[in-house]
Amino acid sequence: MITQRPRLSLWQNLYLPEILRGMWITIRHMIRFKQVTCEYPEKPHAVPANFRGLHRLIQRPGGKERCVACELCLTACPANCISMVAADPGDPSVEKYPLRYEIDTLRCIYCGFCEEACPCDAIELTPHYEFASHRREDFMYTKDRLLDNNRFVPEGERVSKVQTNETYLRV
Amino acid sequence: MQITDDTLEDSQLMTINFGPTHPATHGTLHLIARLDGERIRDAEPIIGYLHRGKEKMGEHLKYNQYLTMTDRMNYLSPALNNVGWCLAVEKLMGITPPPRARWVETIACEMARIMDHMVCNGINAFDVGAGTVFFYMFQQREVLTDIFEKMTGARLTITWPRVGGLPYDLPADFKDDVRKFLKGFYPIVDECEKLLKNNRIFLDRTVGVGAISKERAISYGYTGPCLRACGVSYDLRKREPYLCYDQVDFDVPTGEHGDCYDRFFVRMEEARQSARIIEQCLEKMPDEGPVAVDDYRVILPPKEKVYKEMEAMIFHFKLVIDGVKPPPGEVYQGLEAGNGELGFYIVSDGSGKPYRVKVRSPCYYIYSSYTEIIRGLMISDVVAVLGSLNIIAGELDR
Repeated sequence: MITQRPRLSLWQNLYLPEILRGMWITIRHMIRFKQVTCEYPEKPHAVPANFRGLHRLIQRPGGKERCVACELCLTACPANCISMVAADPGDPSVEKYPLRYEIDTLRCIYCGFCEEACPCDAIELTPHYEFASHRREDFMYTKDRLLDNNRFVPEGERVSKVQTNETYLRV
Repeated sequence: MQITDDTLEDSQLMTINFGPTHPATHGTLHLIARLDGERIRDAEPIIGYLHRGKEKMGEHLKYNQYLTMTDRMNYLSPALNNVGWCLAVEKLMGITPPPRARWVETIACEMARIMDHMVCNGINAFDVGAGTVFFYMFQQREVLTDIFEKMTGARLTITWPRVGGLPYDLPADFKDDVRKFLKGFYPIVDECEKLLKNNRIFLDRTVGVGAISKERAISYGYTGPCLRACGVSYDLRKREPYLCYDQVDFDVPTGEHGDCYDRFFVRMEEARQSARIIEQCLEKMPDEGPVAVDDYRVILPPKEKVYKEMEAMIFHFKLVIDGVKPPPGEVYQGLEAGNGELGFYIVSDGSGKPYRVKVRSPCYYIYSSYTEIIRGLMISDVVAVLGSLNIIAGELDR
């Protein structure tokens, strides 16, 4: 299949009638087609539930984080944006917990490898994506702020595709 | 810099910097042009402004983690790069994902190709003064990014297939979404073609501009639409079929003159052929079945198993910590990306990270001929040629 090269007729070479024909296509589009742009700041863009946005740390029923500080998310992260200090909570039912858990969202590339690697469904990327700020500190998500991000997802729901809706964990 | 023609003294020529932050350069490309009036006497492209050391970074990332790097190479068609990388690693490991994964990857590749061609042609048309076409095409691309968003959770940096198959199954309404897109896509392509095919301004700006002969194109190492526009019917999907391309029927459009006009319409026709391939794939792909290999040394076990079974838990930890481990050896796998043959050459030493990664990016070879193509053209044609060669700085510099 070879692309054809047109020979312009005199009429087409005159150019003005062709302009009008082109304008006709544009006008037809204007009349026939509905609006395709979205008025962004007024109407936020609706993203699917599995959109990879801001992280959250999922809680146990008591309000404590579910994370057991196994550090698989650190290992899986290609951008090295997660840092963690593990400690013994002194609670016989929990072996280890993250004393500090920090995500540098300026380094994060939102690949979702952390939620895929997590063996206890403790971290997840929520569909929330509007967290711009003027200050650098606002992008450092500490453990408390990550637990606070649970408000972006309806309670008891999972948005990630790689995790399950059921839980098999001892809580 | 060599001055070839001597009608003017060197000191009488004007030196102009085009880029690296010029809105029409489509990335951080830098061109130092020597002008004789408005004509380009000589030009020197300078690359490397977007160099991020991706090949070196590959030596420090696990095979699956490197997908985040390939995402950001040709950022107009990330799915093609990711699938290319996965194909290379799978070839090295000697594994074959199940057919459903193969068909879905084929669809994703063609969707990415349409995205690439829509952006390239839309911007090319915009550069030569046809704004309408730009908006119509970007609208179609937007539909595709929405489908990708639903499928993978991200619009551009999708990080989507994994070595050994897909990380999760498709959304339930995937086929309907793609069919709906195809229904709206054909009329728009026809309309855009109608707007430009006999348009005198477009013809004046593109016919005979930036032409390269068949022989020169081959000797420069051209691949993809730019080579096919010169009249060489070379397509990796036909020559060395990978994925499911041997089971679908499509044509390879070629041009004749190798100029901007031919490149534009070769891309248009290719986008149509891609839509045709997608249609056939939707018919032929199995609706049920696994989407990844059944080997927990390659793909993560499902979460349900990780919680219940000791063995799955061990495999999960082993795979996240060590990554997939191909046997020692080297492999080259090329695939037909948006603007040519994208190849990955991997040397493995048997560990979880590649020993060496080399990326053969099509842009690099095409851009090396840029000086020859634009020599003698007007300064305004620089942008038209650059747009029609589809130079992506992210892929060029890596």
